[in-house]
Amino acid sequence: MLSDAEWQAILISLKIAGTAVGWIMVPGIALAWLMARYEFRGKALLDGVMHLPLVLPPVVVGYLLLISLGRQGFMGQWLNHWFGITLPFTWQGAAVAGGIMAFPLLVRAVRLSLEAVDVKLEAAASTLGANRWRVFFTITLPLAFPGLLTGTVLAFARALSEFGATITFASNIPGETRTLPLALYTLIQSPGKEDAAARLCAIAIMIAMLSLLTSEWLARKAKRRLRERDG
Amino acid sequence: MAKNTHAPLSRSQTNAGDDAPSASSTGLSVAVEKRLGDFTLKTSLEVPATGVTALFGASGSGKTSLLRLIAGLDTPDSGFIRIGQQTLVDTQHDIVMPPHQRRLGVVFQEARLFPHYKVRGNLAYGMRTSAGSRFDTIVALLGIKPLLNRFPATLSGGEARRVAIGRALLTDPHLLLMDEPLTGLDGPRKQELLRYIARLARDIDIPIVYVSHDPDELIAIADHLILLDQGRLLAHGPLDELLLRFDLTEYLGGFDAASVVTATIDEHDHPYALTQLRLEDGQCLTIPIVDKPLGTALRLRIPVRDVALALSTSEQVSYRNQLSASVEQIGLVAGNKTSVELRLRVGEQILRARLTRKSFDELKIKEGMPIVALIRSVAFDTR
Repeated sequence: MLSDAEWQAILISLKIAGTAVGWIMVPGIALAWLMARYEFRGKALLDGVMHLPLVLPPVVVGYLLLISLGRQGFMGQWLNHWFGITLPFTWQGAAVAGGIMAFPLLVRAVRLSLEAVDVKLEAAASTLGANRWRVFFTITLPLAFPGLLTGTVLAFARALSEFGATITFASNIPGETRTLPLALYTLIQSPGKEDAAARLCAIAIMIAMLSLLTSEWLARKAKRRLRERDG
Repeated sequence: MAKNTHAPLSRSQTNAGDDAPSASSTGLSVAVEKRLGDFTLKTSLEVPATGVTALFGASGSGKTSLLRLIAGLDTPDSGFIRIGQQTLVDTQHDIVMPPHQRRLGVVFQEARLFPHYKVRGNLAYGMRTSAGSRFDTIVALLGIKPLLNRFPATLSGGEARRVAIGRALLTDPHLLLMDEPLTGLDGPRKQELLRYIARLARDIDIPIVYVSHDPDELIAIADHLILLDQGRLLAHGPLDELLLRFDLTEYLGGFDAASVVTATIDEHDHPYALTQLRLEDGQCLTIPIVDKPLGTALRLRIPVRDVALALSTSEQVSYRNQLSASVEQIGLVAGNKTSVELRLRVGEQILRARLTRKSFDELKIKEGMPIVALIRSVAFDTR
């Protein structure tokens, strides 16, 4: 039903978006927790910087990635020298770009749900002998789970649809960084590929709908579980 | 900064390392100062190693702040907190033990059960293996066995408090801190939970610090009393002694102040549904029937305003309870120009009475004179 090129674009997209969400998960939750629970100097500034990818043109983010993580960039040189890692024009680079674009969405959702967790319950857990880590993993995180779920789905969707930063930093290499949006863009640019473009467009819509429905289903399931508990 | 009296260095430096079973055999000693906005809590006090100690005061007296310092949810600006040989806080030596190492069971005003765990999971959350064998006993004692597989959201207020108490007890604490655990319950639920707590205090060997602002509650449950007012220690000592002090009347119930005497059940009069009690000096009291075996000791709470006085015994009044007594002390309560307060000696026990100044003058009451106390009502606790 689908052509090899279409399958390839879908799989690359899922791989890149999955990796992107995977690598931002731990720093995202950590930052959200820090912002939800503590007041510190420079919090507003950090919050602003963290939100930049949401308001900047994605091309600007891609360009900044290129000059910092590119082969000649200060961090890129370091990564290459010590770990042999090259990010620009690779699918891993696309995952970095997608992750950075999705980061603020994840942090926002998780932070909101962490703020909604009653600190009194955390205090109660500590009086029951639980150290900070145990409190976090047994009380805070489970109670913030619905928000974490929402944040993850949002971040995944954002990484999946990422275009500007990806094409700037990771380029549009078939079989490597040509994700669904990039493949569609390529088809639109080529004369006589209108049919193929329409097919890809339909696929993109289906994937989007599928992820929306999945998240809706998960949210309902979580809500139903809460209702049962409220009896 | 307050100059606190610190114990010798060797004692202060005792740390969590020598996890002391002896810690449960000695009490809590606290000397702390903490500023909270305009309010300063500055107090030093001792909590005995056994029984229920009520931390009592009006709202804003600092009792909950003090409890938070003891539990480790706040840190004092200066001072120390020790339980037995173990130092929980000593600002001079920069010792501040985090709450999860303190081994204090805390029961909060709101039960604070974890909504995503069932009752069983809540109980097991902080359970120590050393308390595991007592799981069934504690569950039975608190009557929460039928609740084990339910989620907290489905529990009533009283049930949730009982689970919270069980959860704290199962951590095998050196001390149980209870912060107004009856708040927000209606009358019958309050009485029920109070009975559970009183039974607990009798059956388990863990000292309890019970924060409350309700004189009835503390009279029903406390052995010792620590009275706080505006962040300062006002008085402390055995409850029954403090109840006799005129100067504390306004804190301990005011108009509803009561004193406590003990008596044992002597005889049941089933046709009239009455129970006769005997005081230790041989005098008798009759109260509505109490379904307890003969010889049971009862603590009788006698409201001060329910004690009337006569110069001689009389057959002509409906008061069945007439005790021969002598006037031990006469006093006034600040701000009350109408009444005179009396301490009456009945055998070895002291009973308080209140009468108007006018009656006082008419009866020409003097310290040392014999008098008859007519008792209208009696509330009692068994413990």
